[in-house]
Amino acid sequence: MATNVIMFYLFSAVIIIFALLSITTRRILRAAVYLLFVLVATAGIYFMLQYQFLAAVQLTLYAGGIVVLIIFSILLTHQINNKFEVPGVGKILLGAGVAIAGAALTIPAILSYPFPAVAQHALDVNMQTIGIGLLHTGKNGYALPFEVISILLLASMIGAIVIAKKGK
Amino acid sequence: MIQGIPFTHILIVSTIMFFIGVAGFITRKNLITMLMSTELILNSVCINFVVFNRYLYPINLQGHFFTMIIVAIAAAEASVAIALIINIYRRFSSIEVSDVSEMKN
Repeated sequence: MATNVIMFYLFSAVIIIFALLSITTRRILRAAVYLLFVLVATAGIYFMLQYQFLAAVQLTLYAGGIVVLIIFSILLTHQINNKFEVPGVGKILLGAGVAIAGAALTIPAILSYPFPAVAQHALDVNMQTIGIGLLHTGKNGYALPFEVISILLLASMIGAIVIAKKGK
Repeated sequence: MIQGIPFTHILIVSTIMFFIGVAGFITRKNLITMLMSTELILNSVCINFVVFNRYLYPINLQGHFFTMIIVAIAAAEASVAIALIINIYRRFSSIEVSDVSEMKN
C-alpha cells in the first residue's frame, strides 16, 4: 500500500471520528478542540491534493482564527466544568434519522453517477497564478468576488463591533 | 489528484461530514455548538469544491477560488455570530436555545 493512500485514509478517519466526537461530547471546550482536529485534517487533504496555498489559508483562517474565536467566546460565556445534559431521545432519533436518511440517499447517487474521466494535464498552482487570478478582470479572473468579499469582511467587522459593544 | 485514491472516496468522506454537521445542528441546544456544526457543514462543502476542481477540471481554478471565498465568508459569519452570542449572553445570562425565547423586553 502506497504511503499517500494510507495518509488519505488516516485523514479521512480523523475527520469522521473527530466530527462525530465534536457533536456528541458533553464538554464544550472539548467540542472546540475536536473541531480543530477536523479542520487540520481537512488542511491535510488539501495538501495531498497539491493546493498548498489553500491548505495554508485553511490552517491560518480556520484553525488559527475561527477556532480561537470560538474558544474565546466559550471562555466568556461558560462555566468550563459544566457538562451538557444529554439531549432527549426524540432529538437524538430525529438528528440521527435525518443524517442517516440523507447519507443513504446521497452516497448511492455518488457511487452510481458516471463521472467523466480526466484527460487534461494538471495546472501548476503557484502563487503567481493565484495572484493573477484574484486581480484579473477578464476570463478566469476573480476581481469582482475579491472586492465584494473585502466589502463583506469590512461590513461584518463593523457590525460585530456595533453589536457586541456595551449599550449606551 | 491523489495517486491511487478514487474520486468518489473523497466525496463520500465529505458527505458523511456534511450529515454529521446536520445531525449536530439538530441535536445540539447550545448556540456555540450549533455554530460549530455550521462550520463542519461549510468545511465539507469546501472539500467538495476542491475535489471537483482537482479531479475533473484541473486546467481551471474555479473550485480553488470558490473555496477561498467560502473560507472568508465563514470567518465573517463566525465573527458576527459570536458578537450576537455575546450580546445574548449579556441579556439572558445563558446561551441555551430554550432559554432565549423572547425577542425584546
